[in-house]
Amino acid sequence: MCCVAPDVVVVASRVAGLGLGSGSFGIRNQARVHETTTSPTSLSTLLASTEHQEPHLGIPIKMNQFPHGWGRPRDDVYGAYDSSYLNSSEPTSHTQRPIVTGTSVLGLKFNGGVIIAADNIASYGSLARYDNVERLLQVGTHTIVGAGGDISDMQHLHLLLDNLLIKEQYPADDHSLYAPQVHTYISRVLYQRRNKFDPLWNSILTAGADPKTSEPFLSYVDLRGTTYSAPALATGYGAHLAVPILRKHVPDEESAASLSLEEAQGLIEECMKVLWYRDARSGVSYSWAVVTKDGVTTGNKKIEKQSWKFAEMIKGYGAQNI
Amino acid sequence: MASSYMLPGAQQAPSFHSHPSTASQPRQHHWSPYTENGGVILGIAGKDYVILAGDTRSSEGYSINTRTARKIFDVGSGLVLGVVGMSADGEELARRVARKIDDYKRSHDKHITVNAAAVMLSRILYAKRFFPYYVQPLLGGLDENGVGAIYTYDYVGSFERESSRAFGAAASLITPFLDNQINLKNQFEPGSNGEVPRKPGDMPRETVEKIVKDAFTSAVERHIEVGDGLQLVTVMRAPPRAEGAEPEEEEDEREKTAGGGVISEVMSELKKD
Repeated sequence: MCCVAPDVVVVASRVAGLGLGSGSFGIRNQARVHETTTSPTSLSTLLASTEHQEPHLGIPIKMNQFPHGWGRPRDDVYGAYDSSYLNSSEPTSHTQRPIVTGTSVLGLKFNGGVIIAADNIASYGSLARYDNVERLLQVGTHTIVGAGGDISDMQHLHLLLDNLLIKEQYPADDHSLYAPQVHTYISRVLYQRRNKFDPLWNSILTAGADPKTSEPFLSYVDLRGTTYSAPALATGYGAHLAVPILRKHVPDEESAASLSLEEAQGLIEECMKVLWYRDARSGVSYSWAVVTKDGVTTGNKKIEKQSWKFAEMIKGYGAQNI
Repeated sequence: MASSYMLPGAQQAPSFHSHPSTASQPRQHHWSPYTENGGVILGIAGKDYVILAGDTRSSEGYSINTRTARKIFDVGSGLVLGVVGMSADGEELARRVARKIDDYKRSHDKHITVNAAAVMLSRILYAKRFFPYYVQPLLGGLDENGVGAIYTYDYVGSFERESSRAFGAAASLITPFLDNQINLKNQFEPGSNGEVPRKPGDMPRETVEKIVKDAFTSAVERHIEVGDGLQLVTVMRAPPRAEGAEPEEEEDEREKTAGGGVISEVMSELKKD
């Protein structure tokens, strides 16, 4: 390490971007650049050399000798340089993935109100991690918010909604937040978070009824801020398994307006059972809520009258002998 | 490192391995902020009217989200905006445009003209050049002369005034139909032995409405993302008051929109399968 010309050192530290002062030069092993030693007179010899050995001392050369990467640690000695911490040209990204998740939420309009249901399971991957989770939240007097997707994001949203309600509650002015306002608020939060590349990983149904007109309200919003309304809605697997059943009975607003509460409850019960049979992330107990102009009624239910007879007919997916 | 401006397919072939200067891969899970909600919109400008129409199906993949989603929005001042692509972005864009048009009216005490609104929409889109709205917008209204105007855009704000345009999932099905039926391409005057091409323009509104409905019923047959319902929005001049009829209220001249346009909407059914 004794005979390196100063101009070589300058080039090395600049190329490597380490910015070491010449004062630290000569201390062995302090930085990778200094692992190597070379003489300016022997550069051409080194470039031609396949041995990668310091010709005079027999020390293996660990510095990249090629002009495009001169002075950097050799990839074949140290492995590829981990550049991932360097500034990326991409926008800041917080994108996560859902960890503890809830599955479907179902919602159905009927004459004078809405019924909404969600089971009580919170899964960790395929593990049914928590079996007593409430995924329906009452917001104010005439609104229920049901969430599927990441549970912690749902709980964060519950916090936002609680704070919103406190902020907007003025007992004297006779104004309260109802389902349309709550739905719009949630959709703005979710759309804003997707614009920040930091989504709240949820699909959400907002259900409610107008206390004066009884007009039912049911709307969906998801992690990209996509919103839509329909007389029958479901998130997650429910969109595939329950919505076709619900739409058969309630294809449009007119038919929802002629559906009784009892019929609606029966349909939701039926769909929750189908989901329990077919959605491996679903649970046997679920919460339901009915919103009418008189307010909210909630309850808890277990899937009843189960029959797994159909399972015997299923062949070809498992390890059974066909 | 590959430049972010490199064209797809163009390969940089270095004769050596260059040292890293930026992170080669951002550490993130594959999540896209974008989605496609299908549907198709179309706009036709006439001598004294504009028609914007869209189907009301909103889908994601093979799932139909709802059969009753509007894609044409009344953005105020006698102007209409059609949006197709990602519905969340589209609705956000429509809200912003409506808000801006309202701001304009409040600041200047007059309605914005369709060409001024067209430039404004272009600016809104270009402002999000590097995180664009995933939306193909059509802006419609009557210009200062009361003539129908359709402005068409790409995702990042390039725009031009056109007489007819289809955007969205089934645009490729509807466009040649419009070429033939609205712009009379490949049509010749009867009896001219294919010598004299028919001249487009001056189509009565009722005829155009029929063509619009035909365009949609045909698109429904051949595209799975189109169907359920048809939203047909028309901007036309307010009908002149009947002879001798008294104005119901004191009419403020400033309340008239720039092109005198009045918006009306008709909903009808399309096949739901």
